Amino acid sequence: MAEPLTTLTSRPAPMLRNNIDTDQIIPSREMKSTGKTGLADGLFAGQRYTEIGGRKPRPDFVLNRPDYADTQILLSGKNFGCGSSREHAVWALAEYGIRAIIAESFAPIFAGNCVRNGVLPATLARADVEAIAEADAAVTIDLPAQTIALPDGRCWTFEIGGEAKAMLLEGLDAIDLTLKNSDDIARWQKADRQARPWIYLGDGR
Amino acid sequence: MFAVADHIVDTRPGRGDQTLMPGGQVFITELRSAAKAAGVTLFDVTDPDQGIVHVISPELGIVLPGCTLIAPDSHTCTQGAFGALAWGIGSSEAEHAMATGTLRLDKPKSMRVTFDGALPSGVTPKDMILTLIAAHGAAGGKGHAVEFAGEAVEALSMEGRMTLCNMATEFSAMSGFIAPDDKTFAWLEGRRYAPKGEDWDAALAHWRTLRSDPGATFDAEIAIDASAIRPMVSWGTSPEASVGIGGHVPEDAEARPLAYMALEPGQPLKGLAIDAAFIGSCTNSRLSDLRRASALLEGKRIAEGVKAICVPGSSHVKREAEAEGIDRIFTEAGFEWRESGCSMCFYAGGETFGEGVRVISSTNRNFESRQGPNVKTHIASPETVAASALAGAIADPREVR
Repeated sequence: MAEPLTTLTSRPAPMLRNNIDTDQIIPSREMKSTGKTGLADGLFAGQRYTEIGGRKPRPDFVLNRPDYADTQILLSGKNFGCGSSREHAVWALAEYGIRAIIAESFAPIFAGNCVRNGVLPATLARADVEAIAEADAAVTIDLPAQTIALPDGRCWTFEIGGEAKAMLLEGLDAIDLTLKNSDDIARWQKADRQARPWIYLGDGR
Repeated sequence: MFAVADHIVDTRPGRGDQTLMPGGQVFITELRSAAKAAGVTLFDVTDPDQGIVHVISPELGIVLPGCTLIAPDSHTCTQGAFGALAWGIGSSEAEHAMATGTLRLDKPKSMRVTFDGALPSGVTPKDMILTLIAAHGAAGGKGHAVEFAGEAVEALSMEGRMTLCNMATEFSAMSGFIAPDDKTFAWLEGRRYAPKGEDWDAALAHWRTLRSDPGATFDAEIAIDASAIRPMVSWGTSPEASVGIGGHVPEDAEARPLAYMALEPGQPLKGLAIDAAFIGSCTNSRLSDLRRASALLEGKRIAEGVKAICVPGSSHVKREAEAEGIDRIFTEAGFEWRESGCSMCFYAGGETFGEGVRVISSTNRNFESRQGPNVKTHIASPETVAASALAGAIADPREVR
């Protein structure tokens, strides 16, 4: 179960490139165990450290700059989180302290992984993402209102699905939610077994 | 429910549980005990049915038209080639599916991509999908389930259709799929987990109904002239950064991929020297891929200094290829011939071609350091990889003599 998210104020770290893939967010070589933890150090490892496998920070990488040292928000371009479905990318972001990503668009598997781990994927138009990056100030994300506001009063509304919003707001567990519909699921499966017996493994398959 | 060891297994000949990849052996051991505890059928490291999940599932008749199929791997969309709704998920969603038999998801938008006309000789499904992604972007299919249709798609073999659907995720689509037809049914009939007897007849009757209605409308439509497609090769660090083999690095290319790939704007791709060549992955490692590549390699030697590796997509593919003598063609040409697995499609601290080297690869991702630290990956068809290995530089497979 993820930590509920309602409002969040932080100075977002700009990474405005398009197509930041999950191999960049956490390289496979940094996924060293079969668990979900111990991944924050590997976050953006290829860009964050001076050498592959090393841990000496590269001063020019955005998350290593003192201004963004404690950031909880990333800003990015199109198709953030594309590529491998590895949930380690979100686990690493969450463990590092990132609670929201504001981007022009997200890869679908990554966006789903975010919501299941209490990280908000908020979509804004390119120009709006750039405006926030230019302002380079703390923004306030208000999830119930679906707004992102700058201290100068500029404010944008972002889209998020109703269920994703509810899950983030309350830190709901998707399995718990679904199990409330166990009877419906069992009924559907029983009917489907009769309609399409050939799709179910077991007798003869 | 099935499990298989594919990403983490070693592909060096004579492999066991040990891996060059750190932590691989622990992963394999835990997979084995978890599968046993949960009663999940596991295709283990040395199982004759082991292979890349998206290669073995169709081989075993696990994927069927009209089924929903998921795996915690983004390339699960490969199996949409059978008219299934097959898509990749994260670990939490996999857990959810195992616990509840369901997934919670928003209904995707619909898109149809129609490839009209006939594909020219020497041009492959890999070139079709790279053409689509280059033209419409790596986010071009975002939020859509994409039906691939049209004359050039219908003409593809099942293996070719899998290559096409495989990279739907590189288009940011939820999945890609193709209406099942007689080729689909012929492929599946008699496979281990496919329906038998009366079940087969009932299934077939249902499967024949799985087609988009004439006049169906889609949220988005894209038409591509298949006859104009050329062999494609990527120059940058996203599959969208791909051009025809006779093309050039774009004049307005971004600085970061240019610097990473050590290329200049306007530079031609053909003739660019390579250090290594890789044929494998869930995109292009099936028997027909290996046959076509080996046809170009037969009786020839790859260029001096090029390290070349061929990794069959499954143990089954490997045995069939060996029965046809394809392994010998590869090894006599100078390729290494491996056990099946995902292998060097990605780097996880184990095997790589070497820091910063330039690789031509039949895989699906040319991301930064995907195949090893600072490795420069150019993705292309198996034919283009074979032709380039021979030349020691990126080469047009249609020009191999």
